[in-house]
Amino acid sequence: MNVLVYLVPLALALGSLGLAAFLWALRNGQFDDLEGAAWRAISDDDLPEEKR
Amino acid sequence: MTDALDLSFYVRRRIDGVAAMDLVVEGVHCGACIAAIESGLRKQAGVRGARVNLASKRVTVEWNEGALEPPTILERLEALGYPAHPFAAETADSVEKAAEQRLLRCLGVAAFATMNVMLLSVSLWAGADSDPNSATRDLFHWLSALIALPCAAYAGMPFFTSAARALRSGSLNMDVPISLGVVLALALSVFQTIARERAAYFDSALMLLTFLLAGRTLDQHMRRRARDFGANLTAIHADRALKLVDGGEARETPIAAIHPGDLVLVRAGERVAVDGAVEDGRSEVDQSLVTGETLPIAVSEGVHVYAGALNLTGALRVRVAKEAGEALLDEVNALLAKAAEQRSSYVRLADRAAQLYAPIVHLAAGATFLSWLWLGAGWQQSLIVAITVLIITCPCALGLAVPAVQVVAAGALFRRGLMLNSGEALERLAEAGTVVFDKTGTLTDPRPALANGSDIAPEDLALAGSLALSSKHPLAKAIAEAARASQPMSGHEFPGQGVTALHAGARLKLGSVAFCGAEAEAAPVAAAFPDASLIVLRTPERVVVFAVRQGLRSDARETVATIARRHEVEILSGDREAAVALVARELGVAHFEFGLTPKDKIERLKALKAEGKRPLMVGDGLNDAPALAAAHVSISPISAAHIAQAQADALFLGERLAPVNDALSLAAKARGLMVENLWLSLVYNLLAVPLAVTGQVTPLIAALAMSGSSILVTLNALRARHA
Repeated sequence: MNVLVYLVPLALALGSLGLAAFLWALRNGQFDDLEGAAWRAISDDDLPEEKR
Repeated sequence: MTDALDLSFYVRRRIDGVAAMDLVVEGVHCGACIAAIESGLRKQAGVRGARVNLASKRVTVEWNEGALEPPTILERLEALGYPAHPFAAETADSVEKAAEQRLLRCLGVAAFATMNVMLLSVSLWAGADSDPNSATRDLFHWLSALIALPCAAYAGMPFFTSAARALRSGSLNMDVPISLGVVLALALSVFQTIARERAAYFDSALMLLTFLLAGRTLDQHMRRRARDFGANLTAIHADRALKLVDGGEARETPIAAIHPGDLVLVRAGERVAVDGAVEDGRSEVDQSLVTGETLPIAVSEGVHVYAGALNLTGALRVRVAKEAGEALLDEVNALLAKAAEQRSSYVRLADRAAQLYAPIVHLAAGATFLSWLWLGAGWQQSLIVAITVLIITCPCALGLAVPAVQVVAAGALFRRGLMLNSGEALERLAEAGTVVFDKTGTLTDPRPALANGSDIAPEDLALAGSLALSSKHPLAKAIAEAARASQPMSGHEFPGQGVTALHAGARLKLGSVAFCGAEAEAAPVAAAFPDASLIVLRTPERVVVFAVRQGLRSDARETVATIARRHEVEILSGDREAAVALVARELGVAHFEFGLTPKDKIERLKALKAEGKRPLMVGDGLNDAPALAAAHVSISPISAAHIAQAQADALFLGERLAPVNDALSLAAKARGLMVENLWLSLVYNLLAVPLAVTGQVTPLIAALAMSGSSILVTLNALRARHA
């Protein structure tokens, strides 16, 4: 059962990491536009001008 | 329009010399639109950046202050093919958004805690606690407590505060038993952990919170989307007025930036955008949006005009009135306040269920405690069993039963062109008995149309149509539309009277009856169409009389007939008898009343309420606003006066009347599902009660009971998508 000594803190740490990421994304406005984000992923606005 | 446009009201300035403005953009629906708008705006000199929000159909533009004039941005967007309207992000908007973010944060925390506690609980159920003296089990319980207590304290706040508010005001809502269940489950679990017992309910309490928060977040998200959409519509329809600044220069200004005491110019053919008194000028105005009266009335110096009235003939200069101090508005406002007071006493279905449910559950728990005590168990064990009864009957599914249906049904109605302003509107719609319609602008299409088209020769109509194109008068527009004219004649307009033109060597005249000197010819048409305005075309050979009026909405007849099958239908109008009777006959409505003041309408609604027929009021005018507030439930078209829109429980979009019928039938179905859901969760809970009372409930059973009923109720709610 000694394995629990580091497995339980590890599980908790990973969980809190996920929670922190979610809270950061929420604060950062990542969920403000749920529809636009899907389209932006496939837009080519990062290509150089002449290739478009 | 060539007048200078003043947008400074909408511009936000930052200290570092950057200015920003929010705009509502029409016609944005895909990724290509985002790219077109953002790159198109960035190419404009001076613009620092533009960001489109596709979900809310808005764009935020930032530019270096002084580098460009705000109206340039509107022109640029218009040239790109996306008409835009400035939008002031209101405080109500950010309050709604903050509430949603808060719920999402709570949901995130609750989900995190549930997952981690479940990790520990599942291993216990799987056999880690087989040894009655297991140290591992105790460790897991302590760990669970460490995670669950702070997380539940944070994520449970929305419920705890709402429950506390209800208790302080001496009433019960669904949050009271929920909070009690969660707190007791946690307290009991801590007690059991200290006593090194086998059963702890941390997982159940957290799962309950997660499910409920998910439901609330969805509910709040839907409500915010509806509100965003409403705010967009307001921005698109936002009126501007020509404000006269010192020196007589007219500047186009959004009405939000116009204050009492300002002087405003209203030209012929324009809508009055403000309430005020005529300073000088003489004209006729169509007040149909305000009073329901379709015949124009004459106004001159000193007469009050109201926002929404259409200025027909001459230019007016209007002094904007102070907020209060107007005969009509004061009366309407006083009636509104009284009507709103009466309606606030409505008790929602879920709260009514809670008021029945909570006492029964608490009595059952009390009885369980006493019985166990009487049977000889110690008070400690009796208390534990009694608390498990409370946990197992905690109304997780009851809390979801109503909001889940509301979310699904509101989404379905939204797709059919109807927006709900409040959550309980659906419940009240389902109870509607008598459906009361206003006539003008509600049953009729607010845009005037040619009524006697079948009596007029096509060549006369074509001639009148192209002549009408040279006029700005709203009635002329109706004739041009009926003729599908596209070639304007170069006519000379006499404002407020008519137009003349030379055509094929003959002088043509189109205008009012007096302008064309056609009183004799107009008389029979006036008799045949008592509610119409007359327009005359005079050529050297003949005189043609056109009757223009607000026609019925295209599907008014079928919709009213469909509604009449299940509800009583009445028409209450402020218009004259002849006009109302005509519409009532055409729609087959037997009961109609005419010439009503706002107070009369309320009286009639009161009488209906007294008879126990909960009235649904459908109306659009300023004069309908008190009636909309006094009715059991109310719907307005999107073209309605602002004050009426604010009172309505729902708004419908577009020219068709069908959304009203959809709303009635979908609400009836949704209410059925709500009641069904309440019973489903009740039965589910009741099945588990015998186990709890006899002390057989394990944490596993409690967890299964909770998630099972929630999922069942949510799935059942999905059926509300189809009427």
